[in-house]
Amino acid sequence: MLLLECPWCGGRNASEFAYAGEPMPRPDPESAGPAEWRGYLYLRANRCGWTRERWYHRAGCRRFFEIERNTQTHELRPVGGGAGGPDE
Amino acid sequence: MSEPMPMPMSMRLPAQPGEVIDREERFSFSWNGRSYPAYSGDTIASALAANGVRIFSRSFKYHRPRGLLTASHLDPGCTIQVGEEPNVRGAHRLASPGLDVRSQNTWPSLRYDVKSVNRLAGRFLSAGFYYKTFIKPRRLWPAYEKVLQRFVHGGVIPDRPEEHDAEARFYDKRYAHPDVLVAGGGPAGMAAACAAAEAGARVLLVEEEHRPGGHLRWGDAADLTLLAELRERVSAAGVEVMCDAVVLGRYDDNWVAVVERSPAGPAFERLVKARAETLVVAAGQIERPYVFAGNDLPGVMLSTAVRRLVNLYAVRPGERAVVLTANGSGDAAAADLSRVGVDVAAVVDARHGEDVVRADGRGGVRWVELGDGRRVDCDLLVTATGWTATTALLNMAGNRPVYRPEAARFVPDLDTLPDTVVATGGVVGDGTREALCEHGTAVGEEAARRAAGAAEQSGEVPSRAWPGVKGAEGARAPSAPHPKRPDAEGLTPEPHPELIHGRTHGFVDLCEDVTSKDLLSAVEEGYDSAELAKRYTTATMGPTQGKLEILNVVGILAEATGRTIQEVGTTTWRPPYAPVTLGALAGRRLEPVRHSPMQRWHEEHGAVPLVAGAWIRPDHYGDPGAEAANVRENVGIIDVTPIGKLDLQGPDVAKLLNLLYVNKWSKLEVGRVRYGVMCAEDGVVLDDGVTGRLGEDHYLMSTTSSGAAAVWEWVELWLQTEHPDWRVHVTPVTTAYASINVAGPKSRELMERVTTGVDLSPDAFPYMRVRRGSIAGVDDCVIWRIGFTGELSYEIHVPSAYGLHVWASLLAHGEDLGVAPFGIEAQRILRLEKGHLIVGQDTDGITQGYSADLDWAIKLDKPDFVGRPELAWQRQRGDHPRLVGLLPLDADTVPPEGCQLVEGAEIVGRITSSRRSPTLGRAICLGQVAAHLAEPGTEVTVRLPDGRLTGARVAEQLASVDPEGARLRV
Ligand SMILES: [Zn+2]
Repeated sequence: MLLLECPWCGGRNASEFAYAGEPMPRPDPESAGPAEWRGYLYLRANRCGWTRERWYHRAGCRRFFEIERNTQTHELRPVGGGAGGPDE
Repeated sequence: MSEPMPMPMSMRLPAQPGEVIDREERFSFSWNGRSYPAYSGDTIASALAANGVRIFSRSFKYHRPRGLLTASHLDPGCTIQVGEEPNVRGAHRLASPGLDVRSQNTWPSLRYDVKSVNRLAGRFLSAGFYYKTFIKPRRLWPAYEKVLQRFVHGGVIPDRPEEHDAEARFYDKRYAHPDVLVAGGGPAGMAAACAAAEAGARVLLVEEEHRPGGHLRWGDAADLTLLAELRERVSAAGVEVMCDAVVLGRYDDNWVAVVERSPAGPAFERLVKARAETLVVAAGQIERPYVFAGNDLPGVMLSTAVRRLVNLYAVRPGERAVVLTANGSGDAAAADLSRVGVDVAAVVDARHGEDVVRADGRGGVRWVELGDGRRVDCDLLVTATGWTATTALLNMAGNRPVYRPEAARFVPDLDTLPDTVVATGGVVGDGTREALCEHGTAVGEEAARRAAGAAEQSGEVPSRAWPGVKGAEGARAPSAPHPKRPDAEGLTPEPHPELIHGRTHGFVDLCEDVTSKDLLSAVEEGYDSAELAKRYTTATMGPTQGKLEILNVVGILAEATGRTIQEVGTTTWRPPYAPVTLGALAGRRLEPVRHSPMQRWHEEHGAVPLVAGAWIRPDHYGDPGAEAANVRENVGIIDVTPIGKLDLQGPDVAKLLNLLYVNKWSKLEVGRVRYGVMCAEDGVVLDDGVTGRLGEDHYLMSTTSSGAAAVWEWVELWLQTEHPDWRVHVTPVTTAYASINVAGPKSRELMERVTTGVDLSPDAFPYMRVRRGSIAGVDDCVIWRIGFTGELSYEIHVPSAYGLHVWASLLAHGEDLGVAPFGIEAQRILRLEKGHLIVGQDTDGITQGYSADLDWAIKLDKPDFVGRPELAWQRQRGDHPRLVGLLPLDADTVPPEGCQLVEGAEIVGRITSSRRSPTLGRAICLGQVAAHLAEPGTEVTVRLPDGRLTGARVAEQLASVDPEGARLRV
């Protein structure tokens, strides 16, 4: 089980968290057409390598936070930190 | 029909220096119904062997007699039934007084096994047995299944295990947070554990056997001296030692699963979930069997089995032995045998090219044919042909083992391991006991150093001293890992001849009865990849999962396909490392439930419980129809505590409500409540409820009972990620209040009798208003005038500690008004009569807002709200299903919820809610129907569960009772 670093609580078991997926910028609801809006709803990059994802510390501080995770190695690092993975 | 009774303990030797049995404590237990003596410390197998028992089981496919091979927990020939527990490792489980032990896979008896006729039918049970046999004709499958069931592995589980001690005994779970977890308690593992603990680390040492020590236990005097010293040090250093426990797997970030097989206390087994800063893998080596004709006969044993039997249990493994040896362990076994008076008829030295061709005999070894043609009579053939490094845990940490032909084994490639995983002992290489301890010590110190570094990095509080960790004035270590791996030096695999099989064919996998010939047939049939051949023949698929036989399988496949062993490659070890009971994984049955503060009253008054998620609620108190009628005529009270409640405070709450609800909120005045619907960004209905404005910046939001947790998260998601600048403070108060709905034409009268500080008159407190006041003497109650049931009603939220008091007061004060409790079922009838939808019942995971008759609520003229674009497009398309009221043409037939609406072969909708209305005396429904059927008056066809078709007419509106709402507004 992954050990996730909650910015508020420190390292905790992944089972304490809910995975909230890749953060997607919300399109302007006034101008977005169906294609753009549904991309926001359903399309995720699901990259092999470093991804940015959102977690919710459900059984802890109840904060949403973002973290970078390498989907190939399960390495974790703070957003914007780290020493340059393959996609940096 | 059973085995002749040998002399009691006829094979027991005089006291041995390292024996683990206590001769002072003698008892008896039963084996296949007959009593046998044993000493405390004996395993079931060692006790039976001491009594001359040679056959322990019948093999899986051919029902060949099997004896001891490894005399350890891995022994494939010694899986037995102990009482009600099947598949017990007989060479590991300790004997105890009165134990009822039986052999498995035998009928009618171990000695005269009827199923051994399979041997004659070997043709049908060869490679691909599962895929070729019993396939055609398909119609005979049920008969084949019955035949096959007789040949499966395993013993018998009791019919109703729950009836046995279920209260007193259970499977337990525990968490552990060691700095250093050492897997394997041999000399290197013990040395590593000591070194780490002495450096200040919290250490957990896990050992699969009953005591730590590894091969020192069956060694010479110097080994035993060192063993005693190490055990002393382990105890003095404060290492937590778990014996008869095994590491099942290593997962991400050193999440390590351990199962304790015989924990102290009432638990059968205990699953330990450990998060280790550093994992030290000291899992040692496993001796490999040799492949030749007759290699599965009782009396063919590995050298380590002989050494265990003689030195740990003082058991004479046979009378006359042949020893095939290629290493020191074989030599030592031969010496052990000579020392205790076994006639060693021949020592066959494989290092000099000598070999064993076959062993034969009925029921056990009687003679052996050697490579030079000699035939030697004996009842014991010992083989010492090589080792397998136990790399499974290292594999699980990402390591791929490399084959070293000069040592004839796969060894770990340590450089590919993460810094948090280190290895020591036999899994790395060979060495003297001193070299093993030295290596273990170095690795243990480094493991502690890395753990200290991790503790420092994570800012552990309170900080601990790490007296043995160098480089930080005895306190803290530099957090950077050591540049060089501590485990890479000091132990190297010794040269060893590559011995896999002899000149004849024999068994490769003794669990699954797979022979070397089967592997060759599989390759001939085209299954030339190792993974395919393994699956086709089921080699390595048995309980030992390849721990004994993997290199033999790989070696034979390599030879047959003209590749090298490295090219064929070893198996990828996956968790679990060892077989584990489902009970240990499942743990105790702990299912928390939630009750309202009024639960005791409900129970005392005959409430029939309804399980609603985690909540247990009264479904009814005997007659839901009468309960509903009483609400229409007099006044009823219902416990609605599970309704989700969020206290929202701050200047930006109105913005939040405007964003999350499809309707408008900015003009909600203080003292008013409003019904709201939430949709998700895809326009699908998410939840509904009323929210009241208690003060300028203070709101109380209610949600559906099942949606309480999800809505809280939903609110937090939007506040935290999209609008962190909005000033809203969210407090879940669902269980801070007990909630009661007081409904019916006499509800105002009842409320007036118990309420103080609130003017309840219709003008002062009209429909859809909120007030705060005191009820039955309880201050700080919130009163909403709303009407889910369609009647004049007040929903009151009282501090939960007073819930029962207020409930009882309402009943006491309303006796003359006919007040009576009503349950969920009556509420469902009432709300259906009123046509109020239930999210999740009248909507599902794809129901968008306009399909739930919410056109009146959805305000597309709001600039933005969650789900607005999708709702706008849904409305534009106009082709969506509609939620409508449906009146069955046959007033007495209530179509069950979920019935399809059909138009010929097409499904055009479904019944979402249905009940018999006590008020109208007829069946009423809600349903989702295709757009073209939504006009009032349209007749639709309902398909009942039994296939009959019946009709229903689309009603003018969802409500069947009081559509104008006159009863609500009185
Ligand atoms: Zn947290």
